Amino acid sequence: MRRLLPALLVVAGWALLALLVGRLPLEPDRIDLERILLSPLAAGGLGFDDLGRPVLDRVLTGARTSFLVAFGVVALSAVPGVLAGSLAGYLGGRLDAGMVLVMDVFLAFPGILLAIALAGLLGPGIDNLVLALATVGWVGYARLARAQVLSLRQREHVVAARALGSRAPRILLRHLLPLMSAPLVVEATFGIAGVVIAEAGLSFLGLGVQPPEASWGSMIRDGVRYLLVAPHLVLAPGAALFAVVLAVNLLGDALRDRLDVRSGARERRTAA
Amino acid sequence: MRAWLLTRLLSAAWVVLGVASLVFLLIHLVPGDPVEMMLGESAAAADRQALRETLGLERPLLAQWLGFLGGALRGDLGQSLYNQQPVTALLLEHLPATVELAAAALLVTLLVALPLGVLAALRRGSGWDTGAMGFSLLGVSIPNFWLGPLLVLLFSLWLGWLPVSGRDGIASVILPALTLGTGLAAVLSRMVRSSLLEVLGEDFIRTARAKGLAPLTVTLRHGLGNALLPVLTLLGLQLGALLGGAVVTETVFNWPGIGLLTIEAIQRRDYPVVQGCVLLIALGYVAVNLLTDLLYARADPRVRLGGGA
Repeated sequence: MRRLLPALLVVAGWALLALLVGRLPLEPDRIDLERILLSPLAAGGLGFDDLGRPVLDRVLTGARTSFLVAFGVVALSAVPGVLAGSLAGYLGGRLDAGMVLVMDVFLAFPGILLAIALAGLLGPGIDNLVLALATVGWVGYARLARAQVLSLRQREHVVAARALGSRAPRILLRHLLPLMSAPLVVEATFGIAGVVIAEAGLSFLGLGVQPPEASWGSMIRDGVRYLLVAPHLVLAPGAALFAVVLAVNLLGDALRDRLDVRSGARERRTAA
Repeated sequence: MRAWLLTRLLSAAWVVLGVASLVFLLIHLVPGDPVEMMLGESAAAADRQALRETLGLERPLLAQWLGFLGGALRGDLGQSLYNQQPVTALLLEHLPATVELAAAALLVTLLVALPLGVLAALRRGSGWDTGAMGFSLLGVSIPNFWLGPLLVLLFSLWLGWLPVSGRDGIASVILPALTLGTGLAAVLSRMVRSSLLEVLGEDFIRTARAKGLAPLTVTLRHGLGNALLPVLTLLGLQLGALLGGAVVTETVFNWPGIGLLTIEAIQRRDYPVVQGCVLLIALGYVAVNLLTDLLYARADPRVRLGGGA
């Protein structure tokens, strides 16, 4: 537990910032033309960006963007994903075959490619960003939920519940979901790390959060042009992003070990 | 074997059909009038009508869909709205750069992940193991749009060893390949380690040791040979992440491949080109996975004889 303390602190700080940033005396959009591109050494704090805005204030405000997007996307993809996957796995038949095909089609778009295309077509903005990432994200949860239901549906207590006349929704909710929660929680934890990177990535590509709204990804995008004269513009938001993702991944690893979820690697191997 | 092959090919064909249909639908799924989005709200009515006709948007959706699939089969993906070039020609022009980058990144991945994973497994619990797994955690956590600029800062701007961006000679591929390969190497080294650890606990390893084979032969031939099978599948799956990540990496380094073309086309609202790029990358991914599955089945009879994979 002590080893996890730094990670817990980072995640707690991230969440706290996201909730409190509106009340802090931050001025992420204040332009100070005298201080354009000043380094942290010359100006204190984390220096100033190409418009003379304080980098520290912008990094702190960016925490809210990434937090809101991460939890929004994970909620919007986990709930429908688990629902679709577990229903398909439980009911089987044509519904299941169709769902598998749909999932395979979505999974055929590597990484964030489909999200990039969707966000590009939907146009910039944080709502469209969340929509694009959730449209791509539900598949992972659906696949996991389906696999779990398939392996659990012949358990004795499920068969007993079915024999007693319980209907599918009740069985899924009361008898299957509790058993599936451990792997789903682990998946969602890694999902948060993934979405934080994806949000920043799309914003880096200019497809996400729009100026002047602060996002770590768009800060890196803007800072790259001044890499030689003002590396702090790229270093500061990147370090914040990296710290959050690393902390969430560490927690995910610890959760997986604690909840004793078999890693995908093992499952694949035994399945083969 | 033949039944397995047929099933596998058939499911791949369905997926290809689904992928092409989804790419076709991309424009229509998006709320609003695609023509208005492409031209902007201030466009003249005549221009809109002309574009509508060029894209065939007047026809029923089913006819458009069949037209798109038929065109794709013939290698005709329409024209760029930006410079009127055929989309296929644009794709072919940008493909070599992406293939080169992906191959170089794959090389980086294997050169890093194999030794690191093997070392971590053989020296389990030691400092080597901790270090390798620490690298793995860092590698999956660092986004490539941050790693890229960091490498540029260090190797191009401060040390002046390598070019900042562009595609000009062998030196220019090093930084993009490192950027793109690191994440994959991180995932893969973990996989090599766990897979090798599992195999080294098997009975046939004990037998090989008992009959007096050299430790190196046991580890490499009997251990690694078997451990690499699941790694191969993962590599195929992760190659997708590599192709997706190429979009970001190519943007960072201004690398003139399919990824950069995608982003430029999105910025120009050149939707036929966006569709073509997404379709090409997704189909490449499907093909790679089909290929890894076939390789796997060839290497491991349990897959093709056991019925399920």
